Amino acid sequence: MTQSSSPATFSLRADQAVRRGPAVHFLADGVSVPAFEGESVAAALFASGWRELRRSPRDGAPRGMFCLMGSCQECLVWVGSRKLPSCQVPVAAGLEIETMAFREQRIG
Amino acid sequence: MAEAQTSSVDLVVIGAGPAGARAALRAQACGLDVLLVDENPDAGGQVWRPLPLGFSRAGDASPSPEAVQGDALRAEVRKSGVRCLFGHKVWNVGSGLRIDLIGPDGVVSWQPRAVLVATGTTERVLPFPGWTQPGVIGLAAATILLKSQNMLPGRRTLVAGTGPLLLAVANGILKAGGEVAAVLDLASRRDWLRTLPSLAARPDLLWQGAQWQIALRKAGVPVLYRHGIESVEAVAGGLRIRARQVDGAGAPVASASSRVFEADAVAAGHGLVPGTDVTRLLRARHRYDAARGGWIADADAEGRTSLAGVYVAGDGAGIAGAAAAGAHGEMAAVACAFDLGRLSARDHARERDRLSAQWRKPARFGRAMAGLMALKQGAVAGIPPATVVCRCEDVTRAEIDAAARDGARDVNQLKAWTRCGMGPCQGRTCSDVAGALLAAHVGSREAAGCFTGRAPLRPVSLAEVAGDYTYADIPIPKAAPL
Repeated sequence: MTQSSSPATFSLRADQAVRRGPAVHFLADGVSVPAFEGESVAAALFASGWRELRRSPRDGAPRGMFCLMGSCQECLVWVGSRKLPSCQVPVAAGLEIETMAFREQRIG
Repeated sequence: MAEAQTSSVDLVVIGAGPAGARAALRAQACGLDVLLVDENPDAGGQVWRPLPLGFSRAGDASPSPEAVQGDALRAEVRKSGVRCLFGHKVWNVGSGLRIDLIGPDGVVSWQPRAVLVATGTTERVLPFPGWTQPGVIGLAAATILLKSQNMLPGRRTLVAGTGPLLLAVANGILKAGGEVAAVLDLASRRDWLRTLPSLAARPDLLWQGAQWQIALRKAGVPVLYRHGIESVEAVAGGLRIRARQVDGAGAPVASASSRVFEADAVAAGHGLVPGTDVTRLLRARHRYDAARGGWIADADAEGRTSLAGVYVAGDGAGIAGAAAAGAHGEMAAVACAFDLGRLSARDHARERDRLSAQWRKPARFGRAMAGLMALKQGAVAGIPPATVVCRCEDVTRAEIDAAARDGARDVNQLKAWTRCGMGPCQGRTCSDVAGALLAAHVGSREAAGCFTGRAPLRPVSLAEVAGDYTYADIPIPKAAPL
């Protein structure tokens, strides 16, 4: 999965009311993504301009985070051996996630 | 093999939002041994969702009323010593009410005498061409993004749908330094005015609503009443949104010309649908009540369902709003304590009447808001044929209509024929709209029915469920004599 063409020059993070956790990096499909500890993986990817998380099974249409509460399953990614909604996975230093297409390609 | 341990408890409360958390606290106070479970890392539900772990409020920022209420509830749960299992998803409720959960360390099972289901709601988003584009998210999703993640959905966001979340999200975006391309409200100004009598019960919210209106006007944000999204398409650098006027039923007005907006994100939501996964899985009796959000478990005022030992409370039992949910949860807990013989008839009656009085006023307001957010038939009728309705399986409106014409009589038949609702979300995203589309063919929502509940309620891998159970553990029955 490739990153969206529009670079995130404008920060989506709004820090008026909050102090974020420590700045960290995590790996998504082998790419280092800057984020803050505790942010959801879905939100952190989105903020970095990475909107497409998978393709729909029949139409092959791009999909991204949608409900952000663990219900719709649109943002499923691999975290180790588990497929989890990335909106429910907190960012931590050293975390590695893979999009479904990436893992499929890697494992073949 | 290591048989998964099943622990016993009087009551398992599923969902730690305002209804479930208050229910657990009250049940414990009545002397019940309670387990409170939630898939989120802490109590509060979606409405009082905490900041992510590791985040803290900036020193000079005054916390929102929701943050104050949520923090107070979380502190009370911690202080009470109620046993909590957070970060665990209920993926099955088995025979005899055994609750199967999956958490970071694998599967666990609990055997309660009673279950109180307080699973809240999911958001209904009426499909439009392009609603599956990345960058289009739910209104409730935008709320979570803004309030919990402290993140904007986009640099410039178009906000569309129905209900009070529209103004809340649009203002949240402005406050966080984002732009709002427009607010499209399916409701008319008059629809809002009709809610005024019940809003009188909540002058604080009335005041907040007025402030929000002023802030939007100041920022020059176009607020279009009786307008909906006609389509969203991805264009270079963002999304192009066509907005069209709708009639009182929410149907697009064919003669009106569409207005075009550019944005890089869309937040759209059309009300809330009660989460009935667990009660449907248990085969409790359900009924359709449009004003309360759709299909709900058939329950008495205290949350007793058609099944002994199964209770429902909060918005998942029928939408009445977060402010009413706490009293409703406590009412169900008190009923459960009485039914389990832990509360005398007199104490039960006294508490029930007190809680019922406490519930009435906020519920009246909550139900007025639910009325604003109720499914609009015309909006469903106006969904273009090629539009995807079931996002998991890419099933279009045309395919649903075709199945209906071919004789699919209820949503389960529709599911078997088209795969609509068969994907990993278990139909949570599409069921309400699919049911409404089918109802137009078969006569009523009751006739169209609701999806039969199936385990797993949340996706789990076979490896996680099986644990270290191997071939050697499979009991092989003696062969029948020839």
